[in-house]
Amino acid sequence: MGVRVLSWYFETPLLFAFPPAGRMNFKNMREYLAWLYYQYLLITGIYVLEPWEKSIFNSVLFSAIAMVVYTSYVFVPIHVRLALEFFFENFGGQPESTMALMN
Amino acid sequence: MTESSATKLLNGDACRRTLNGKNASKNGYVKNHCPFQQPQKYRRSGEKKQNATHNPSLYKKPFMESFEETPLLVAVLTYMGYGILTVFGYLRDFLRHWNIEKCHVARERDEQKDFVPLYQDFENFYTRNLYMRIRDNWNRPICSVPGARMDLVERVTHNYNWTFDHTGKVVKDVINMGSYNYLGFAESTGTCADAAIEATQIYGVGVGSTRCEMGNLDIHEELEELVARFLGVEASMAFGMGFATNSMNIPALTGKGCLILSDELNHASLVLGARLSGSTIRVFKHNNMQSLEKLLRDAIVHGQPRTHRPWKKILIVVEGIYSMEGSIIRLPEVIALKKRYKAYLYLDEAHSIGALGPNGRGVVDYFGLDPKDVDIMMGTFTKSFGAAGGYIGGKKELIDYLRSHSHSALYATSMSPPVVQQIITSMKIIMGEDGSTLGADRLRQLSENTNYFRRRLREMGFIIYGNDDSPVVPLMLYMPAKIGAFGREMLKRNIGTVVVGFPATPIIESRARFCVSAAHTREMLDTALEAISEVGDLLQLKYSRREQPLPSLGWMSEESLLQD
Repeated sequence: MGVRVLSWYFETPLLFAFPPAGRMNFKNMREYLAWLYYQYLLITGIYVLEPWEKSIFNSVLFSAIAMVVYTSYVFVPIHVRLALEFFFENFGGQPESTMALMN
Repeated sequence: MTESSATKLLNGDACRRTLNGKNASKNGYVKNHCPFQQPQKYRRSGEKKQNATHNPSLYKKPFMESFEETPLLVAVLTYMGYGILTVFGYLRDFLRHWNIEKCHVARERDEQKDFVPLYQDFENFYTRNLYMRIRDNWNRPICSVPGARMDLVERVTHNYNWTFDHTGKVVKDVINMGSYNYLGFAESTGTCADAAIEATQIYGVGVGSTRCEMGNLDIHEELEELVARFLGVEASMAFGMGFATNSMNIPALTGKGCLILSDELNHASLVLGARLSGSTIRVFKHNNMQSLEKLLRDAIVHGQPRTHRPWKKILIVVEGIYSMEGSIIRLPEVIALKKRYKAYLYLDEAHSIGALGPNGRGVVDYFGLDPKDVDIMMGTFTKSFGAAGGYIGGKKELIDYLRSHSHSALYATSMSPPVVQQIITSMKIIMGEDGSTLGADRLRQLSENTNYFRRRLREMGFIIYGNDDSPVVPLMLYMPAKIGAFGREMLKRNIGTVVVGFPATPIIESRARFCVSAAHTREMLDTALEAISEVGDLLQLKYSRREQPLPSLGWMSEESLLQD
């Protein structure tokens, strides 16, 4: 009874991080990666398409992910720094107003 | 409702209102006398388990049916998969339209292009772009008897399933999990085959006429008398085709001014027959007795749509086993309702005759009811008897009427004599009249195989629909790519399965349908189960969220045990 405490919506993202390949015997990493690629083909439905259609979809998806990664690498630190500066004005070299008053 | 009133309903007595002040209507308010209306009970989310909790007195043994709910993530991913395939479908249609790629599919001629388009609707789109890609899982040519094992012709395709070539080789001894061979009578040797050969030598193969004219052989009369005895009814009539039995006889039974109440998931032949008859059709939710009772009450209270005259007849059309769901009809409740509201019952036992019940007499035998309660018992000889054709059984007046008024009797050719002889021999074996225990052995083997197969699949963690006693086992696949992958992987492991998708099922609920047979030995079932488990792990098909701990999340389950 204590096994089903966690709800499915919590477990599933973790299932994506560590896909349950418990009962399959993989001889090496290459086989495991090939199986992961197979799962990707099955879940997105590309498994039924012809090879050139698969290449189109893979390149579109890969370029979209590459753009997301690039954008986050370039812009996320800048936005995070700006947001922190907005909310906690004691970051960076801003002189405090009370210090100016006292002087 | 108390037990005594439920049994009174079964005996046909109307529920009498007491003269006591308590139950009498006050201020014109009519008290609800529905025996099956239940307050909405809270159901544990994630599963719809339907036991006979409403009327336990009508059922002699527990009615265990379950249709586990689709996991939300799986549903979302399935829709996403169909979306991606639809986009690629539009791309391919575009390329075909502008002649960038060769078009293999039927197209309108140039002269027809100004008229209403023929191939633009969703079904044609689906066939061209989704069905064609995984078409090698269907219409596989079989070159031996489709018994427990069969031989398939090997096919290759060089243009992605538009055309197939035969390599000349044969895939031998494929375990057959797809044929409706419930009692194992699909065999080319044995008493049935010998008797059929004899019948061919006496009567020939073709009859050359309809039943009404010159096609009534004495072997047909013998068959009809035997079928009536088998079912426990007064008389019966046999037809050459099961589909035609439904679609040609329902129009003879009902017409305008009659009401047909048919189940949501009825077979195409029943739907076609109901539409051809011209009666009003109302649909109730699958196997849902509250929905059926509400429709009956509304029909009796309000009558026909505009004139409010009473209906001439109300016919309830249901099936014994629904082959896409694996569910069994709740027959005791349907008969109680039918008696109370004075409707007629048409029971289509295509899959359940010979496969259910301790004596193999179908769903009526399974529940231990009286066959005289069912007005029209219809069934087919295709599934359990290893032949072809259908029958209708009932009162003698009904069958005499059908002999002269049914389209099938008047215009369709009679059944072929070797087929009739096959049915006679197999029916005698099932009844035990041939003197051996072969029939009883096969019936017992079938129910053992069914229970074992279903139990093992449940334990493995697959989502299985349907009743625990039905030999039809649907295993849910959901995602479109997994339909094709499952069929192909099973064939690689020498097991032939049937996979079903849209439009036979709702679009996200595609499934693989196994038909357990009495001809399967325990070793064959074990081989098949091992292969199914292997393919299930390979394709990640074990979606079930029941109380078994998922072994692969071992570290998580330990943690949650500690939390308890």
